[in-house]
Amino acid sequence: MATKRMAIIATKGTLDMAYPPFILASTAAALGYEVQVFFTFYGLQLLKRDLSDVKISPLANPAMPMPVPMPVMVQMLPGMETMATMMMKQKIKSKGVASLEELRDLCLEADVKFIACQMTVDLFDFEKKDFIDNIEYGGASTFMAFAGETDICLFI
Amino acid sequence: MQFDQEFDARGLSCPLPIVKTKKALNAMTAGQVLKVTTTDPGSVKDMEAFASQTGNPLVGSEAAGSEYVFFLRKG
Repeated sequence: MATKRMAIIATKGTLDMAYPPFILASTAAALGYEVQVFFTFYGLQLLKRDLSDVKISPLANPAMPMPVPMPVMVQMLPGMETMATMMMKQKIKSKGVASLEELRDLCLEADVKFIACQMTVDLFDFEKKDFIDNIEYGGASTFMAFAGETDICLFI
Repeated sequence: MQFDQEFDARGLSCPLPIVKTKKALNAMTAGQVLKVTTTDPGSVKDMEAFASQTGNPLVGSEAAGSEYVFFLRKG
């Protein structure tokens, strides 16, 4: 049986949207898939060595469960994003959900290939030293070369 | 049921029980049996799906209270 393949484009850099690419990539790798994830635009934040900029905002996020109802005027106050992120991380830990760092490490251990969008790196003046090791840099055509031969291809 | 290795996945949520079960199996030889214990209700269906997709058959399973026990034979 030929090895199955999955490709993911990760475009979001918030805490909630950081999970699906890493969960699906690590699971697919455990199921024997060959996996590549292409990180572009805000998704590139997920490849930083330090993931502390990956946060969740209650603003414009009406589906986010809040301990107490909170008017938008309050949600926009300074520090609310940090507080929401802290609360979410506590919840994640208490429910036995992996941290982003752990899931990312599990992906790398399972030979998931991470590709950083070179154009985005240049656009935002990111520096390669800020990113984890063991990643490749490439463009859309690099992604297509793999994505064109996959069984599952997702845009997240 | 007899088993060769044991992995305690209690308290872990998706996808850790599956991803770490795979890691545990990697360190074993074909034919050996791995016992996995979980508390994640989602792991019941996930473990079946993992077994059928990876060729590591589920040779036994049981639920005891809020814990689920699986026996996987490494293929």
